[in-house]
Amino acid sequence: MGRGGATTFLQDLQNADCILIEGSNFAEAHPVGFRFVMKAKERGAKIIHVDPRYTRTSAVADLYVPIRSGSDIVFLGGIINWLLANERYFKEYVAAFTNASSILREDFKDTEDLDGIFSGYSEPQEAESAASAQAHEGGSQAHEPSSEPRTYDTSSWQLEKDENGAFKRDPTLTHPRCVLSLLRRHFSRYTPEMVESVCGTPQTKFLEVCESLAANSGREKTTAFAYAVGWTQHTVGVQYIRTAAILQLLLGNIGRPGGGIMALRGHANIQGATDIATLYDLLPGYLPMPSIVRDEQTLDAYLKTNTKPTGWWANTPKYVVSILKAFYGEHATAANDYCFDYLPQLTGDHSMLPTTFAMKDGDVKGYVVVGQNPATSGQNAELVRTAMERLDWFVNVDFYENETSSFWKREGADPSKIATECFFIPSGTILEKEGTMVNTNRMLQWHDKAIEPIGESVTDAWFFYNLGKRLKALYADSTDPKDRPIAHMTWDYEHDDPHERRKGEPSVVKVLKEVNGFSTVTGEQIASFTDLKDDGSTASGGWIYTGVYPDAHTNKARNRKGDDWTSLEWGFSWPANRRLLYNRASADPEGRPWSERKKYVWWDEAKGEWTGVDVPDFPKTKAPNTPAQPGAGGMDAHSGADPFIMQLDGRGQLFVASGLKDGPLPVHYEPLASVVENQLYAQQNNPLLREWRRRDNAYNGAIDAAYPYVLTTYRITEMSGVYTRYVPWLAELQPEAFCEIDPELAVTLGIRNGGWVTIATALGEIEARALVSGRMKPLRIGPGKGKRIHQIGLPYNFGNFGFTSGDTSGDLIALSMDPNVSIHESKSLTCNIRPGRRAARRRGIVDEAVPQSQRSPEGQAKIHGKDAAPHA
Amino acid sequence: MPNGFFTDTTLCIGCKACEVACKQWNELPSDGFEFSGNSYDNTLQLSGTTWRHVSFVEQMEVDREGSLTDRWLMMSDVCKHCTHAGCMDACPTGAIVRNEFGNVYIQPDVCNGCGYCVVSCPFGVVDLIGKGAGHDDYNVANLNGDRKDRQETALQATGGVAGKCTLCYDRQRDGFEPACAKACPTESIQFGDVAELQERAKKRVETLQERGVDSYLYGVDSKDSVGDLNAFFLLTERPEAYNLPPKPVLPATHQPAGYASAALAAVALTVAGAAIFARAR
Repeated sequence: MGRGGATTFLQDLQNADCILIEGSNFAEAHPVGFRFVMKAKERGAKIIHVDPRYTRTSAVADLYVPIRSGSDIVFLGGIINWLLANERYFKEYVAAFTNASSILREDFKDTEDLDGIFSGYSEPQEAESAASAQAHEGGSQAHEPSSEPRTYDTSSWQLEKDENGAFKRDPTLTHPRCVLSLLRRHFSRYTPEMVESVCGTPQTKFLEVCESLAANSGREKTTAFAYAVGWTQHTVGVQYIRTAAILQLLLGNIGRPGGGIMALRGHANIQGATDIATLYDLLPGYLPMPSIVRDEQTLDAYLKTNTKPTGWWANTPKYVVSILKAFYGEHATAANDYCFDYLPQLTGDHSMLPTTFAMKDGDVKGYVVVGQNPATSGQNAELVRTAMERLDWFVNVDFYENETSSFWKREGADPSKIATECFFIPSGTILEKEGTMVNTNRMLQWHDKAIEPIGESVTDAWFFYNLGKRLKALYADSTDPKDRPIAHMTWDYEHDDPHERRKGEPSVVKVLKEVNGFSTVTGEQIASFTDLKDDGSTASGGWIYTGVYPDAHTNKARNRKGDDWTSLEWGFSWPANRRLLYNRASADPEGRPWSERKKYVWWDEAKGEWTGVDVPDFPKTKAPNTPAQPGAGGMDAHSGADPFIMQLDGRGQLFVASGLKDGPLPVHYEPLASVVENQLYAQQNNPLLREWRRRDNAYNGAIDAAYPYVLTTYRITEMSGVYTRYVPWLAELQPEAFCEIDPELAVTLGIRNGGWVTIATALGEIEARALVSGRMKPLRIGPGKGKRIHQIGLPYNFGNFGFTSGDTSGDLIALSMDPNVSIHESKSLTCNIRPGRRAARRRGIVDEAVPQSQRSPEGQAKIHGKDAAPHA
Repeated sequence: MPNGFFTDTTLCIGCKACEVACKQWNELPSDGFEFSGNSYDNTLQLSGTTWRHVSFVEQMEVDREGSLTDRWLMMSDVCKHCTHAGCMDACPTGAIVRNEFGNVYIQPDVCNGCGYCVVSCPFGVVDLIGKGAGHDDYNVANLNGDRKDRQETALQATGGVAGKCTLCYDRQRDGFEPACAKACPTESIQFGDVAELQERAKKRVETLQERGVDSYLYGVDSKDSVGDLNAFFLLTERPEAYNLPPKPVLPATHQPAGYASAALAAVALTVAGAAIFARAR
């Protein structure tokens, strides 16, 4: 949808007439937010849960729909096909607010034409990566930039434009090359029969879902979708979400009350982590990190690549320059490109997974882990642990001793042979520090400190502030130009309270004020990101948060006046305190509410402005009948009826021409480890998925008789990570690692409820207690429903520390990634299972250095490429 | 009317927040860390140190995929605070009283641990706090000062040995609702004046019946000897499914018959004795 957050907010779910929960165990993983689903249910909404397991969410849903893990694109694609075939989509919304009417180029070829591949594909250049691997073997430390191997050339995916640069359209939606026609054709093979055959979902259930969604969408009604990591952690994860977005656009549910897509965040501050850019490839506010691969070595070059000509992202320069002013203060001037060259340049994928491989191969010297436990919750956890053995130094900031901080004394390890110098910094819990958290509503909420940090523990802010101060002191006398980013970094967060200052605590209020932004001329706070400038006269550490601290004395994150719904006076939601994104779409093209029942934001003709129960997500005084200006840039290129302000054309993207690496439309590919062939196309896996074929990352083969069962991982309500395992009141509720097995399989294999089982993959074995339950349902799939599929459920919350006991699922899962966002695949796997306990851990082959021939520079993944058709 | 709980099982999502909030507020120890294999229920029952307990009842049609009859029932159980409380009748020390909120309350400093209340509860709610409760399984790190040294639970520190829900007497006295009701995210546990709660609950049953959900109230307009329950439940299955007695009986109900048979036996023995002595003479 063009923004890094859920389009809606939890409280609005209560207004839905139907809620489809898929890829999420909402009630268990987000029980507090689930109250709004229950409220919707009480108001008569239909709650549908689609999941491989019958969970606590299914228990309170009106309809539970079983599905084979890893087949959701077929399920959702099937609904798209059903809506289009039966003309049940919201025609006026689709015609006016989406790019359904845009025209594709003649040379675009769909997966229908190329059996699972889009036009523009060429195999990744193996020769090049082999050459760089050799250079690596030769001991060369200076890595060449490992540029993205050429795969999809997206030029044929671009939409046609007229001579003014405006998108060509066919408002009748009948042009054979218009996006809607393409959708019809692309999804035509996703029939109810195919859904049953691939997903194992009975057709009656599938059709009930289709009918429920269609009946509860349109002018008078809205349907909301909710998902979580059950949709994201796949090698086609981004395309899962895309399919849902297409569906919600077709149903006309985006930007409307009771509609939208609720992206559920699993932890308190996950939203904040991406907003303010702890991700390697982002600057705060969803701006890309400069990349040498994209040749962005100067500010001009960077802005040229990343500033969009039309739509809101035309403002990119203002946000980038303001960030640089926040980072480097008076040192950032127009003459030196605002110190743009101080920013690191990406040379490839430096996300967590490639970095772990690089660490294992000795290319990473130091590792700082804060609030994470990769030696247990990471995938291929033994790789992480053995990689850490090759570090020079390692710092863990956490409030409990955990599997990561203690990797050197784990079962089977020999501390005398591990040279890594380890530091453990005890950190304060949330009760011992103040600051903001950003939740799944994109909402910043301030929390005060209840008690002082206990013992030697320090706050996270203390740790980073003092680390920065010490680094600055160390480089104070340096004249080396490469040290200037540290010397010139603004770091003025001294606390105003003398008591806190003595302890070395920074002022997090000052941090938030800087993130909000201020005028570098007057020093006054800035109230709106529309006031940010690209001339250095403003500084802002993250434009999306601008407005949270609009003047010297107002911290909107502290607001605590709620109502039953939008609660605009409670906290601060980015952007600009808007609760529902793209809410212009809650009114028809003329600016009138689609219906009285679904009134939200509308055009007030008398006042000449947009008004409603939320902050309008649209230029406030831009009338609905404002025409688009041909050839104009920025927002002027959009008409007053184009609600999707972040997009080039102001429309919802049914077809995505740019931005996705693995295709402009979703396609069903089987997970890397699957028990079946792809029934839809010759191409088995996502050709662009990223993989590492190394002996410390062994994959189960596709359709491997040794691993006949589907395995899926998840969280349970009672447990989160190491910090819940240390709480006896939680530990007693789920005290041991367990897996869920259907009774049929248990009988077949002689597994007793409550007994021990060992689960195996090519990577390793773990043991767990068996919970045999009819909630796990074997499925019948394939043509004629001839294949029996058993799915095994495995919670990932367990480890060695705390009051619980048990192995971690991370020891079963080899690393592979989605090409767009580098997310691992841990929700759809294969395994074997047997009664009894595993053998004692030995130091296996993974501990030995990996042969050079299997390594890659900087741990970069290889692209999977086109499959030799497995069922040819 | 007294204060009490209305627990609506149709709103319960089995998150167990009530169990945890109760233990945290009342500083109760864990009951051990063993996997039961009994659905998602590992604490298994109410005890002297588990005052809220969520039971999980799986009713799955194994062979019919996604069959409509599939149900996974969840119910947060608690002390019923009976109108006629067996535990209170049985308590010889007067430790168990009905407090100003109409709740059945065990005064920990008066309780001598005789255990009469344990066998007198028709629901099996009251229990003695095990000796082991303060030891190995107890996270002593959560305690402070002298209690930590003596490895005692909060209740043991005040002398108490029989434990059950106090309906958060201390919180009520400060004007707060009980911890479990406060923590419940879906309003499955509602706290308030029992008359009002009963009113609300009856309407709720009507609404559910209209939607075709077969439901009833357990512990309202009761003809059982325990009388109305001040913590009552909305159920969708027969009581046995949730481990609740279908007809809870106050132990005192058996007393007239017991006394009568004892008296009869005494008379019979007297007669027999007299006869023997008469013959001997």
